[in-house]
Amino acid sequence: MSWTRKILRVNLTEGTCTPEDLNMEWANDYLGQRGLATKYLVEEVDPKVDPLSPENKMIMATGPLTGTMAATAGRYSVITKGPLTGAIACSNSGGFIGNEFKNAGWDMIIFEGKSEKPVYLWINDDEAELRDASELWGKSSWETDDLLRQWHQDPQIRVACIGRTAEQGCLYACIINDKHRAAGRSGVGTVMASKNLKAVAVRGTKGVGQNIKDMKRFFEAVNDGKKVLADNAVTGQGLPTYGTQVLMNVINGVGGLPVQNMKNAGFEGAEKISGEAMHEPRPSDGKPNLTTNAACFGCTIACGRISTVDKGHFTVQNKPEYWGASGGLEYEAAWALGADTCVDDLDALTYVNFLCNEDGFDPISFGCTVAAAMELFEQGVLTTEQTDGIELRFGDAKAFVAAAEALVAGTDFGKDLALGSKRLCEKYGRPELSMTVKGQEFPAYDPRGIQGIGLNYATSNRGACHLRGYTIASEVLGIPFKTEQTATEGKPELVKAFQDATSLVDSSGLCLFTTFAWGMENIAPQIDAACDGDWSVDRCLEVGERIWNMERLFNEAAGFTADDDKLPKRMLEEPIKGGPTDGQVNRLGEMLPKYYELRGWTPDGKVSEETKQRLSL
Amino acid sequence: MLKSLNINPAKCTGCLQCEMACSYEHTGAFNPSRSYIKVFTFHYEGRFVPYTCTQCEEAWCQRACPVDAISLDATTGAKVVSDDKCVGCKVCTIACPFGTINYSHVTGKVVKCDLCGGDPECAKACPTEAITYVDADWTGYDRMAAMAAKSLPAAEAASAS
Repeated sequence: MSWTRKILRVNLTEGTCTPEDLNMEWANDYLGQRGLATKYLVEEVDPKVDPLSPENKMIMATGPLTGTMAATAGRYSVITKGPLTGAIACSNSGGFIGNEFKNAGWDMIIFEGKSEKPVYLWINDDEAELRDASELWGKSSWETDDLLRQWHQDPQIRVACIGRTAEQGCLYACIINDKHRAAGRSGVGTVMASKNLKAVAVRGTKGVGQNIKDMKRFFEAVNDGKKVLADNAVTGQGLPTYGTQVLMNVINGVGGLPVQNMKNAGFEGAEKISGEAMHEPRPSDGKPNLTTNAACFGCTIACGRISTVDKGHFTVQNKPEYWGASGGLEYEAAWALGADTCVDDLDALTYVNFLCNEDGFDPISFGCTVAAAMELFEQGVLTTEQTDGIELRFGDAKAFVAAAEALVAGTDFGKDLALGSKRLCEKYGRPELSMTVKGQEFPAYDPRGIQGIGLNYATSNRGACHLRGYTIASEVLGIPFKTEQTATEGKPELVKAFQDATSLVDSSGLCLFTTFAWGMENIAPQIDAACDGDWSVDRCLEVGERIWNMERLFNEAAGFTADDDKLPKRMLEEPIKGGPTDGQVNRLGEMLPKYYELRGWTPDGKVSEETKQRLSL
Repeated sequence: MLKSLNINPAKCTGCLQCEMACSYEHTGAFNPSRSYIKVFTFHYEGRFVPYTCTQCEEAWCQRACPVDAISLDATTGAKVVSDDKCVGCKVCTIACPFGTINYSHVTGKVVKCDLCGGDPECAKACPTEAITYVDADWTGYDRMAAMAAKSLPAAEAASAS
């Protein structure tokens, strides 16, 4: 096996850190990370709990492969009940902290209760203790990271922390690790802030993998996997060269790029904010936006973007703290910050992306929320009185940047933006303008132009999300096989297959992006060689399906019903105008009943008793 | 032919596969904190730099060692620490101008790159050829070729190798 078999329980109310044995029975049923931590949450937390109350728990969890030499095996996830959605929240991050948890000897950390004063958790191998963080409260995630390294006189510690937006109650705050990687969605950072937990700093020196089941077979499977990644056009060339931003022109080209608060699809400025544009030398200073690509721990793909903003750009003039290289735009961020707000100024988007990292807020939810606010403004519902005087029009880079700075500063308008799109639009009486599912903002693919992704958004357990079932792989990129993007036939099957497989990958310690090249036949042998027991492809898929249904049951108990498996009216009734997907709306009604049936759920979307029994739930 | 590790930081993505391979070879676990090759991240420059012992011909560490614990592996050219002889005095760590020989509290000895006996695991694990193991006389060959290519008109440069 590759679990350390140890978990750390941190009671913030009592100020205690207690080691426990990992429940291996659950590990066999749920593998690790997303699945296993969700099992703990489901067992320990009342689904009806207020997400920001001390009764909610937050779990940081690694997978059994985290910290090993398997390609991309550095992932960790944060699992809690999310404040943005009220549903299960599970946000996955790369960088270098997952492997550090594992090297310190911990599979997962369960945070419960609420500290009276701001604290941070310091983990040094077996030692774990809560320390005073009053000096860190009010600091950005960048300052927090730097200070903790200074305090501990150790440049090699790894830090996961919240920035100022989480402290201010922004409902889509992230937990940032390594300065520019994020457990990004659903407001997991907001939960961390509600517990008065500012940061987790870790140093691990114990090593990982001493107990891998069959090391020879593990290396064979791992090396085979690395070769597949290197030889694949997406993971071997597209992602390292352009990052996920390789998608901007592709998705725009097939009529799948939403624009202007998802009013339509197709963005004129797409090319200017694309992965290709990031390579182009700027006329202003002759340097490209992209400084280099970068890998997370153990990753042989290296899709990460490290960017630099032109020192003369309006966003960073006289602000040398933003002149260095830092985490640059990924596709979802570039879309939400850019296309959805119609802003095509690459450096402005990069600067706001820096702010997202520096102060820990989700660029997808933020971009979509500003886009909704822009539509409210253009319709006259919001005026400069509510927007701190900002003329908040689509396409205005300066207004957009001002909105981001307002969020960080926590101004009156910033507080409105911190609510997220759903609550903002409800507050101003126009709920139909919120492009969300279960309260979470859409990612970068138009469900009118690409049908299957719409079904995935509607049924995703954490609200609208591309990472729960990335059917774009099949519907646009032809991976593992091409399906017609505007067809609904076969999509329920596709969505279910992607959702189940993804649940497993997210529970392993591996990065989902490997699945551009890997199928379960590449992944299962790596798990099987590392972990006790027989991890066949079939078992992996069964575990994935079990995890999906467990999450669904948590949401059911939290009060979600089939009524919440829906898309905004705009997606169902306002057709795309022009371009390759002209006239399309999402035909969710054609897909949803079949999806429920395939899942073994009742026609009203409830997990049936037979299905619970079949999956031992 | 004597070979050397040839490090090209421009190709490094900072993935730490080299650190895992090195630590696995020398300690039996994936443990970057015990790797003999280290990748340094210069965040605000956007640079990653792998760094390890260059196996000096006249090695400061070897000369400084009071108990002759550091010897030459004649096949690989590596300066190798004998755990049987090393007393953990750390004088070599002071003598080395590059900081690439270090004390390990786990073993109570100093540790350094030994070129894995002539088949360095870091070079094999590197996915981007930022670390290669090449003829020691020609570690600058790639850069020379690149500079030479610059002096050619574009069309000819494309066909040069």
